[in-house]
Amino acid sequence: MIPAMKRFGGPAIFLDRSDINTDEIIPAKYLTENSKEALRPYILEDLKLDGFDPRSPALANAGAIVTRANFGCGSSREHAVWVFEVNNINMVIAESFARIFRQNMFNCGMLAIELPKEQIERLFTMGGDVVITVDAGFSNFQARGKSGELTCSIILNPFDRQLVMAGGWLAYADQKY
Amino acid sequence: MGNTIAEKIFAAHLRDTPTPENAVLDIDVVMCHEITTPIAINDLMSRGKDRVFDVKRIKAVIDHVTPSKDSKTAIQAKTLREWAQRHRIPDFFDIGENGVCHALFPEKGFIRPGNTVIMGDSHTCTHGAFGAFAAGVGTTDLEVGILKGVCSFRNPETLRVIINGKLGPGVYAKDVILAIIKKLTVNGATDKIIEFTGPVVTAMSMESRMTLCNMAIEAGATCGICMPDQVTAEYLWPFIKSEYLSINGATIDFKKWHSDPDANYAAELIMDITDLPPQATYGFKPDEVKDVTDMTGIKVDQVYIGSCTNGRIEDLREAAGILKGRRLADGVRGVMSPATPKVFMQAMEEGILKIFMDAGFCVTNPTCGACLGMSNGVLAPGEVCASTTNRNFNGRMGKGGMVHLMSPLSATAAAISGVITDPRQFLGQDRVGDKL
Ligand code: SF4
Repeated sequence: MIPAMKRFGGPAIFLDRSDINTDEIIPAKYLTENSKEALRPYILEDLKLDGFDPRSPALANAGAIVTRANFGCGSSREHAVWVFEVNNINMVIAESFARIFRQNMFNCGMLAIELPKEQIERLFTMGGDVVITVDAGFSNFQARGKSGELTCSIILNPFDRQLVMAGGWLAYADQKY
Repeated sequence: MGNTIAEKIFAAHLRDTPTPENAVLDIDVVMCHEITTPIAINDLMSRGKDRVFDVKRIKAVIDHVTPSKDSKTAIQAKTLREWAQRHRIPDFFDIGENGVCHALFPEKGFIRPGNTVIMGDSHTCTHGAFGAFAAGVGTTDLEVGILKGVCSFRNPETLRVIINGKLGPGVYAKDVILAIIKKLTVNGATDKIIEFTGPVVTAMSMESRMTLCNMAIEAGATCGICMPDQVTAEYLWPFIKSEYLSINGATIDFKKWHSDPDANYAAELIMDITDLPPQATYGFKPDEVKDVTDMTGIKVDQVYIGSCTNGRIEDLREAAGILKGRRLADGVRGVMSPATPKVFMQAMEEGILKIFMDAGFCVTNPTCGACLGMSNGVLAPGEVCASTTNRNFNGRMGKGGMVHLMSPLSATAAAISGVITDPRQFLGQDRVGDKL
């Protein structure tokens, strides 16, 4: 079975803090679950952030996360990526990522997009209701909100791009090695 | 131009270069535990690919929650156990002989200088203490590692940390690494390998070097790494005697993994730790570090001594040194988890367990336990723990709990005093019969 390339984009959730760690994305007590699907309700459960409610319906409809620096630091748990995947959030846009989290995203065929600080800042100033659309070759994405529109180019390492195209590292490695 | 140790290890293990920036490496040791491996096993089975690339290069242990505490953890243990049995993986450690992975595997001699090592666990960086490239990875990387024996990384950049001076009394590797993380911040080494060198590292035991490398990930590093030398050769000697004529011969051979003098570094941090006092974290990030003397008086409810950072025999000896003849302060719970059965046994033979138990500590079996808030000492909301572990994230040891990271000596001082205390005041006192 060849895994399909994922669908990217949708309403964005803004997480306005740096250094959000994987314990905040999915607490360790859920690491005993034996399927990715079982993680779905626990997304960002322990994240304490003004104006953010992990139970909000907005999170259930979201398709993208926009956040600050060093997202996904701490534990290597891929559960932190899966909990986004099973909630149909296949892209995270940040100023920077922790290495293992970023690798886990591409390994699952998902997009971890790094943008310069100024562009992240502009996304944040667009306000809450922002919808992200990604072009077919994922070279750009567009953010549309009440206050206007912003187009950002997606700069990916070519190998990471291949992983996204292949639907992840397992599919890629299984073919090649 | 010369090469760093990491560049040499990459070159020696290169399987593929999908782009000039990326390297696919052959992996010498793929390590597995029961939290992150079962989903990989189940996925391989569902794809009809329940195979392992090389049974001898896979090491597996049940360590995070053991004995299993509920049905879910029992299923995880069972999945790993049955997989290890099905593939006849010789180095599988189950209850009775299991311990915290990053303490157990080095003790068994599994990690050698120049090795490439991966595990579905961020503190895999610990094994860099042996002059290996050892990186924590996610479950997909682990799954590919199990199936194909390869893993992909970006080409390494190295940050060299030169540690000069001499450790003062009551100051240990844990204090040094906390001070380094404070300087680097939690992402100061992201995508980099931290090479720890200088006279302080040369003088350190393997246990201390493991403590140092263990927390490299807390600065975002892919791996911490130390040059393999005579200390490394002496530690590994029981496992390598058939390969070398003498410890000296092994030491000379290990030099092939040393960074060249003209190697290129992405950055450098030079520290003199001669006047460094004991350190501890005060917030929810591992770079939120202060001198213990600036935190004295903070009340603790629990003291936890153990984990892959500080659950080795050297750590227990340091703690026991000031605990002997003393008791836990009123209202403080003490939990001590020796990291491996060997450490447990040594601590028993040296009388260390008795010192802890006489003091009122609960001594648990070797396991990760409270370190990640799974068992054996989870905190209630509002409780405070002085802990020798490596992560102080909000909720790490239990929702609403606060964890202050510190050395075994500082944690013991907090246990005796009931509040965070400069441990140096207990050094050199006559403790036997001392009624504190
Ligand atoms: S002791 Fe703690 S940090 Fe170390 S492997 Fe276990 S859970 Fe992870």
